[in-house]
Amino acid sequence: MAYSDKVIDHYTNPRNVGTLDKSSHKVGTGLVGAPECGDVMRLQIQVDENNIITDAKFKTFGCGSAIASSSLATEWLKGKSVDDAMKIDNMDIVEELALPPVKIHCSVLAEDAIKAAINDFRVKNGMEPIVLEKSHH
Amino acid sequence: MNIPIYLDNNATTPMDPRVLEAMLPYFNEKFGNAASRNHPFGWVAEEGVDYAREQVAKLIGATEKEIIFTSGATESDNLAIKGVFEMYKEKGNHIITTVTEHKAVLDACKHVEKLGGKVTYLPVKEDGLVDLDVLEAAMTAETILVSIMYGNNEIGVIQPVKEIAAIAHKYGALFMTDAVQAVGKIPVNVIEDGIDLLALSAHKMYGPKGVGALYVRRKGPRVKVTAQMDGGGHERGMRSGTLNVPGIVGLGKACEIAGLEMESEAIRLSGLRDKLEKALTVLEESYVNGNVEHRLPHVANISFKYVEGEGLMMAMKDLAVSSGSACTSASLEPSYVLKSLGLSDDLAHSSIRFGLGRFTTEEEVDYAVEVTKNAVTNLRNMSPLWEMFKEGIDLDSIEWAEH
Repeated sequence: MAYSDKVIDHYTNPRNVGTLDKSSHKVGTGLVGAPECGDVMRLQIQVDENNIITDAKFKTFGCGSAIASSSLATEWLKGKSVDDAMKIDNMDIVEELALPPVKIHCSVLAEDAIKAAINDFRVKNGMEPIVLEKSHH
Repeated sequence: MNIPIYLDNNATTPMDPRVLEAMLPYFNEKFGNAASRNHPFGWVAEEGVDYAREQVAKLIGATEKEIIFTSGATESDNLAIKGVFEMYKEKGNHIITTVTEHKAVLDACKHVEKLGGKVTYLPVKEDGLVDLDVLEAAMTAETILVSIMYGNNEIGVIQPVKEIAAIAHKYGALFMTDAVQAVGKIPVNVIEDGIDLLALSAHKMYGPKGVGALYVRRKGPRVKVTAQMDGGGHERGMRSGTLNVPGIVGLGKACEIAGLEMESEAIRLSGLRDKLEKALTVLEESYVNGNVEHRLPHVANISFKYVEGEGLMMAMKDLAVSSGSACTSASLEPSYVLKSLGLSDDLAHSSIRFGLGRFTTEEEVDYAVEVTKNAVTNLRNMSPLWEMFKEGIDLDSIEWAEH
């Protein structure tokens, strides 16, 4: 399968690979996927007092498209408010990376990881987790 | 050294220039139809086919009348399984095979089931080999055929063919083997091994694509298969269709070369394979899949835990290899062969198959080792699973949201 240039770019030079301190109350961590399915994403956000995401990091076990989707997600998250981050849709990722249909699940996983990280942050700070109306699976 | 390096010789092999040279005259000046018995054009083509038949027969210890030319091993597998099922239906309707067979065998067996046949799909042991006791227990008075591959295409393990044949014969069944990966790589002898039907393919042994053969035993017992292609009655009525003369000549030449060079080549390739394997299993959490004693000389299948195969192959873009990862297939299911060894899905996803060949050099193997090591290390630095493993977290204790 031929990958798009953008997938190759993110795969070859992944942005924001790394780990934030998951015990910090400013950090939200989302861990989604399963090793049996061949992809696991861990996405972390650091949020300041104005509800702005100041940093985002990821680590991903998966194919090139999964790595590119999470790398792109961290790029988009930085500087966004948490509310705006909630609005990131997997189809935006599909479009940006020109993912073929068989790789759409990689973008779904990235969206799930963003939402899981935000909810982790909310719960840590005494807020209710947001109920996710959309289920892709 | 040319980049990318081809290490996928179980998928197909490049054609040997000597094979191409032998084939070329049969495209133009010797273009005749081998079935044209009434003029020299036909005779010349027939001569080429006859000579090739001898070359193929010699490589596997058969006689030339026992070789049926086909379009490849998929056709040979189909002809053998469906043809035996039809021919011997008075005798019984039960076929035994294994879960690690090539799809050509498995799907031909499924077809037989639709026609009312019964098929037993034997499991394999953790090392990929068939348990002979399990095979014997599955044999019934209705069993007409045991179809078990010689060498596996994904992990390279060699089945105990002689013992399997003996069990099949003890219960009056025929023994068929898909020997695509073994013929030309290791000694295969239909008499010594007790093989009744054998499928082989030219393009896995440095010959052209689109041509193969089915060996059908003529003596002790005389085996018959019902033709699956109707027409002019070529190939002793078992496979109609104008013979692919250039392809057949190429297959013959490929068999001749393989016969002459097999012994030294097997030593050279297993040396390179062992070097590659030794260097790569130095990496933590890397595992060789399949039995390491009974296997083909040129295949290494290694799982690198905590990295995913397709992502890994992308990082190894200078190497042409293959993976048991789900992402390489449309079904999103990891390799059924690796899973049937009892490998967990995550290890199956993390596997890479290195298939060495006649034109693989030591320099290429050394380079492949470097590229693979770097790719695995880089991807592990990016893998959350590797980080958890390093922190001592038991991954099985985590509740993964399967999707």
